[in-house]
Amino acid sequence: MNFNSKRFSLAAGALILLAVLPMLPVPPFWITLLNNIGIASLVAIGLVLLTGVGGLTSFGQAAFCGFGAYTTAVLTTAYGISPWLTLPLSLAMGALIALPLGLITVRLSGHFLPLGTLAWGIAIYYLLGQIDMLGRHDGIAGIPPLSIGDHRFMSGSSIYYVIWTFVILTAIAAQNLLDSRVGRAIRALRGGGQAPEAFGVNVVRAKLTVFVLAGVTAALAGWLYAHMQRAINPTPFGINMGIEYLLMAVVGGAGYVWGAIFGASIVLVLKEVLQRYLPDLIGSTANFEMIVFGILLVLILQFARDGLWAFILRLFPLASARKISADAPLLEKRPTAPQGSSLIKVEKARKTFGGLVAVNDVSFEVTAGQIVGLIGPNGAGKSTTFDLITGMNSLTSGTVSFAGKQLSGRSPRDIAGQGIARTFQHPKILPDMTVLENVALGAHQRGHSGVAKSILRLERGEEASLLAEAATQLERVGLGEFKDRPAGDLALGQIRILEIARALALDPAVLLLDEPAAGLRLGEKKELATLLRKLRSEGMSILLVEHDMSFVMGLVDHLVVLDFGTLIAEGSPADVRKNPAVIAAYLGGVA
Amino acid sequence: MDLTIATFLVQDGLTNGAIYALLGLALVLVFSVTRVIFIPQGEFVAYGAMTLSFLDAGRFPPTASLLLCFGCLVFLLNLWDMRREFSVSGLARNALLNLALPAAIYLLAVTLASTQPGAMVKALLTILIIAPMGLYVYRIAYKPLADASVLVLLIVSVGVHLALMGLGLVFFGAEGLRAKALSSGMFMVGSFPVSAQSLWIYGATIAIIVGLYFFFEKTLLGKALRATAVNRVGARLVGVRTQLTGVTAFVLAATIGAVSGILIGPIATVYYDTGFLIGLKGFVAAIIGGLASFPVTAFAAIGVGIVEAFTSFYASSYKEVIVFGLIIPVLVWLSISTTVHEDE
Repeated sequence: MNFNSKRFSLAAGALILLAVLPMLPVPPFWITLLNNIGIASLVAIGLVLLTGVGGLTSFGQAAFCGFGAYTTAVLTTAYGISPWLTLPLSLAMGALIALPLGLITVRLSGHFLPLGTLAWGIAIYYLLGQIDMLGRHDGIAGIPPLSIGDHRFMSGSSIYYVIWTFVILTAIAAQNLLDSRVGRAIRALRGGGQAPEAFGVNVVRAKLTVFVLAGVTAALAGWLYAHMQRAINPTPFGINMGIEYLLMAVVGGAGYVWGAIFGASIVLVLKEVLQRYLPDLIGSTANFEMIVFGILLVLILQFARDGLWAFILRLFPLASARKISADAPLLEKRPTAPQGSSLIKVEKARKTFGGLVAVNDVSFEVTAGQIVGLIGPNGAGKSTTFDLITGMNSLTSGTVSFAGKQLSGRSPRDIAGQGIARTFQHPKILPDMTVLENVALGAHQRGHSGVAKSILRLERGEEASLLAEAATQLERVGLGEFKDRPAGDLALGQIRILEIARALALDPAVLLLDEPAAGLRLGEKKELATLLRKLRSEGMSILLVEHDMSFVMGLVDHLVVLDFGTLIAEGSPADVRKNPAVIAAYLGGVA
Repeated sequence: MDLTIATFLVQDGLTNGAIYALLGLALVLVFSVTRVIFIPQGEFVAYGAMTLSFLDAGRFPPTASLLLCFGCLVFLLNLWDMRREFSVSGLARNALLNLALPAAIYLLAVTLASTQPGAMVKALLTILIIAPMGLYVYRIAYKPLADASVLVLLIVSVGVHLALMGLGLVFFGAEGLRAKALSSGMFMVGSFPVSAQSLWIYGATIAIIVGLYFFFEKTLLGKALRATAVNRVGARLVGVRTQLTGVTAFVLAATIGAVSGILIGPIATVYYDTGFLIGLKGFVAAIIGGLASFPVTAFAAIGVGIVEAFTSFYASSYKEVIVFGLIIPVLVWLSISTTVHEDE
């Protein structure tokens, strides 16, 4: 972690204020308000993970609060179970319901999850009001307060400490999670699923993880709410509260864990103020604050899409530079294939789209220690062939194998696991993450720690190794000095190199480059060629798709030429250059 | 089961389903053209029904004042946008569309409100008041965010929904209202009684569907809308003004909302927040149609209406639970049947 003294003193000050506030002579409703803010913050933290970080969203978080609250309410009132024992059960209930709901929506486009939660949030609200065991619309009263030994947390100012302890622990846990390997995978979700999947991130699982976590934090909020109010009914778990929680996350800044608390404070204080003064202004009492909330939501998204917390952070900039520990243990490396052994073998690969034969029984081979170029004019089927090898597209017939193992039918994630790393023709980087973090994403499969370890910071050793590996690869490709800059700051040439570093972080046996020179200036192309030669001299095998003849000619050991999906020539660059079919394909005319 | 009851329930379901179909179509239309998931569609329904109720009671509909406020706001926003390149024609167009138009409608409403005009005139006036709101809502809330992701636009929609619903509460109050039927009376079809209002509903729904079909198939603007829906960038490259198609989609949605309100106002008591639930039932249908298919959405809406009618008879307290719970099996089915694709 990197501290900034100003931020640190601010945080310490806030914490002390929070601790002594109930002992000061403040009006009791301040404490009630702060308790409500704390509970809402928990839900909002979950939403920040889901919306701001993961790029998903939910209007149904209030329903998860309801599951947590009703679970403990029923168990403590009807069965007399201690609230501390119902805590894990309430959380499990949140997870248990989030899981299937997540499973059925994560594979769909991003907007089906929020729409699904909107509809089922309403359904759950009406359902809670119909079940006899849950007291129908009257709810459940007489819920016991929390207690430790003889001390019962009855008053607002005593449960205050319980609530805020949970809030701070949850915020730290969320912060820890984001700053880990799993967190990186979750943060990568916003850039679309393709790139993370190509580096071995299980995108469906990452989405599910964050949805379940959001459900669990909401259930925790519900559990606290039940024991604070000691009576519950369906109203606070309806869709309106669900929308309000989302408002808090958006106001605070979808993407900042501490912003969630900030957003919850703003919304609830504003609500308090509006409910006090608006009725006088308009002349009747009703929920007029929704007009202000609605307008606020629209304005924030129009003018401050990163939320208000971003403005506060800007006042206290971080001294960035991330420390890379020099003595972090090195990650395990794959054994290198003996020079000249067969790596990728494409045999009679065929791909048809309807009547169009995009790739027509193409066969070639990449052997260890070689740079192989796959070239051809536009529309020759190069990129399709590339997709067939990386698993982005499935073969119609034929086989692709890697070191004797079949690749056909495997997912991009599995193929990456075999040691085949790739770059993209249209670079897929995460502009808001640092260059170092982008590269560390490439090493995802080389770490193993899960959510629990990340939250508890038990994976620091592994994380240090992953980051050290990423830094090493950045040095290797010559981008070392940029490691702490946001990746979006780099020029296109550097971004392509960054993608190569990310691919190298996978510790691949073969590097697959999709048009690495496209859009580069001459100088950048020369630097790229130098880098690729250096990688080859270090034993890396490379397959590159390119249509820039001059770029490949001086670089590759072996050329494969496609035209209209068919292999028309193969051999050393010198031979291919003289091949009449190739000349015809490139220059047109009669060979 | 009694056949009479069944017939009655089916008819009830068809009536509601036809309205959900209209709303579902509007939602698919707006989403496919602008990528906006238009949650506030339901508010136009409530506005339409309440405006008609006010006119029925011989009172001035407050939505006309609201329209004037929206118009002025848009005028000011456009003026602010024009601070760099000012043009007289731009100013004139701005004033005409955003000041003169709502002012004219306002005056018309003032004149007509107290004179108790015929049902058709009241219905047309209602549409006239609500339809331009589509334009203004688009300009105020969505146009500045034309490049935003579907997710951001969806959250904006929720904001717009809250604001419009709150404004409905301010202007109409918390009381429920019921409008007079466009024409009263019953017909006998065979041995079944059919109310004139439900004939209006079927007729209007069919007319709008047919109208939309011809609009999309036969007119240049309609084709431009379809082109925008298929590929926004491509449409822009061939000269389609995607701003214009966006505006058109919103105005159509507001019009359809107003019509739905006029149709539902006489058969249900409408509160300021009723529109939200009605609109969401249109959503259930639109989601079944994958937010893409018009015919699937229309049929699904009829299905939703019929399911609702039967559950309100057999398990009335679980009506909303079942109707909104329908979304879960639908999502399961969509999830299994769709191939995985990249989000935009």
